[in-house]
Amino acid sequence: MIALRDVTKEYAGGVRALAGVSLHVEPGELVAIVGPSGSGKSTMLNVLGTLDRPTSGTVHIAGHDVGRLPDAKLSALRAHQIGFVFQQFHLAQGTKAIDNVADGLLYTGLGPGARRRRAAQALERVGLGHRMGHEAHELSGGERQRVAIARAVAGDPALLLADEPTGALDSASGDGVMALLRGLHEAGTTVVIITHDREIAASLPRQVRMRDGLITDDSAAAVPS
Amino acid sequence: MTAAALRPARLGPRDVVRVGAVGLRTRPMRAFLSALGIAIGIAAMVAVVGVSASSRADLDRALAALGTNLLTVAPGSTLTGERARLPVESEAMVARIAPVREVSAVGLLEDAKVYRTSRIPETDTNGIAAYATRTDLRAATGAALRSGTWLNGATASFPATVLGSTAARRLGIGHAGPDVQVLIGRTLFTVVGVLDPAPLAPELDSAALVGWPVAQARLGFDGHPTTIYTRSRDASVEQVREVLGATANPEAPNEVAVSRPSDALAARKAAGEAFTGLLLGLGAVALLVGGVGVANTMVISVLERRAEIGLRRSLGATRSQIRTQFLAESLLLSLLGGAGGALLGTLVTAVYALYQGWPVVIPAWAVAGGMAATLVIGAVAGLYPAVRASRLSPTEALSAA
Repeated sequence: MIALRDVTKEYAGGVRALAGVSLHVEPGELVAIVGPSGSGKSTMLNVLGTLDRPTSGTVHIAGHDVGRLPDAKLSALRAHQIGFVFQQFHLAQGTKAIDNVADGLLYTGLGPGARRRRAAQALERVGLGHRMGHEAHELSGGERQRVAIARAVAGDPALLLADEPTGALDSASGDGVMALLRGLHEAGTTVVIITHDREIAASLPRQVRMRDGLITDDSAAAVPS
Repeated sequence: MTAAALRPARLGPRDVVRVGAVGLRTRPMRAFLSALGIAIGIAAMVAVVGVSASSRADLDRALAALGTNLLTVAPGSTLTGERARLPVESEAMVARIAPVREVSAVGLLEDAKVYRTSRIPETDTNGIAAYATRTDLRAATGAALRSGTWLNGATASFPATVLGSTAARRLGIGHAGPDVQVLIGRTLFTVVGVLDPAPLAPELDSAALVGWPVAQARLGFDGHPTTIYTRSRDASVEQVREVLGATANPEAPNEVAVSRPSDALAARKAAGEAFTGLLLGLGAVALLVGGVGVANTMVISVLERRAEIGLRRSLGATRSQIRTQFLAESLLLSLLGGAGGALLGTLVTAVYALYQGWPVVIPAWAVAGGMAATLVIGAVAGLYPAVRASRLSPTEALSAA
């Protein structure tokens, strides 16, 4: 599902966010990428999500060589294969939960009716079937994140990337969100969770530790990279 | 899952409009204000064109009613600068031109002043002139009676007068009647009729008209006409005009002034149209300023919505889809303003034209042109912000939240 080989990423000004990273993730894995802030894990998420291109090295996502795809094809890859969950939810204000989720499918080429149907299914899946008509400001933090997760999985992506999904939530809501992500993993989705919370990382089957742009420890080191 | 299968989905027109309207829905006040700038420009242009077209239609209607085949002959000046006179026979000679259908004439009575009573000081003439008048004048000039009757064969020989509308007002006479009399020269004349304003013969408005025979008998009229009115067949007006001077005064054709009153009316409107051009220019400036307002709104909108742009990119929007979204927003904004402006301009035109008693005419080309102008302005104003939005790197946009 994911294959990074000797990936580096340098930003203008000589900041080296990734200093030669190789990582292999099989389909259906549940992986935590953990590290303190500044360790390069956010850059890692951007590279995995094809939002950013590496300075050197190769990135393969779902069988596609990201470095060789033009912007339009990368966008299509994101639309069909990758779902994102952000710490700050990024829900549209003044818009109902179901429309927030349905709009997430806007770029998949589905018609409006199909988008709404899928959105309703996704909201049922995250346990918010009763909150579909509520706007973002009428929902609790945990519910908002669950709407965001519904938006990310409504299109059945093969890969779900979550950036500090519990970072803005209290521990009870956080546990609910984590349980949800585990459930999605059990249903077959490859899930990568980026976090600085060691406790959360420890609860996941595989942990990749990062520091200063390098992978310092991979609990599945046996897997060839 | 091959690379060839990756094809970005196209957004349908409905989705483009819906996505483009997101900004307008979430910030309605700002959308309203920036659309207002466009609306004012379009309203000004549509109203200017509409008012001018309505007034033009009113003129055309008036000319159609009055006819454009009226030619007048008046004495000009001699070579030595004195006032010329038309020969007594000129009227009969003009009548012999083949396409001329009607001829009539008036003769100014220079010494006969008009007063309400004999007690009015002699100098208070009110600028009213007395004319000896042929009884067929009304048919030739198209002047309508407001009250009373017109001169006929009988009353033309007796001290009876018909007053022009301005003359009647200045003398304080509302309507004609057997007991209403005015003093012309030294004779009391009964007012038998009052005219409506005569657009093609405005000199009659401030005139007191008396019969040709009574003018000769009582007011010392010498029989020389001072204005001859002719109506010709419409197709022959220009030919008649060419020979009219020589026919009216064969001895001195250069001492004759021929004019076509309907031309004067049209010329007055044409002068007004030059002003219309200026106002149209002002409207265009307002429109341009409105366009700058839209561009400004769009630039701010892009800056504020970086997180949304980043999110859409992460959801799979291509650069061109982001560009389309903001271009659509800009076009919607200006189209909204354009439609509102066209409506407003139409309303202003209708109210003004109805108030003036004109027919309401809103040229379709003005409305269509205004809408086309807004589309162009919306596209130009939105292009730069839209391109900027599409060039935003997704990670940068997301981290701006």
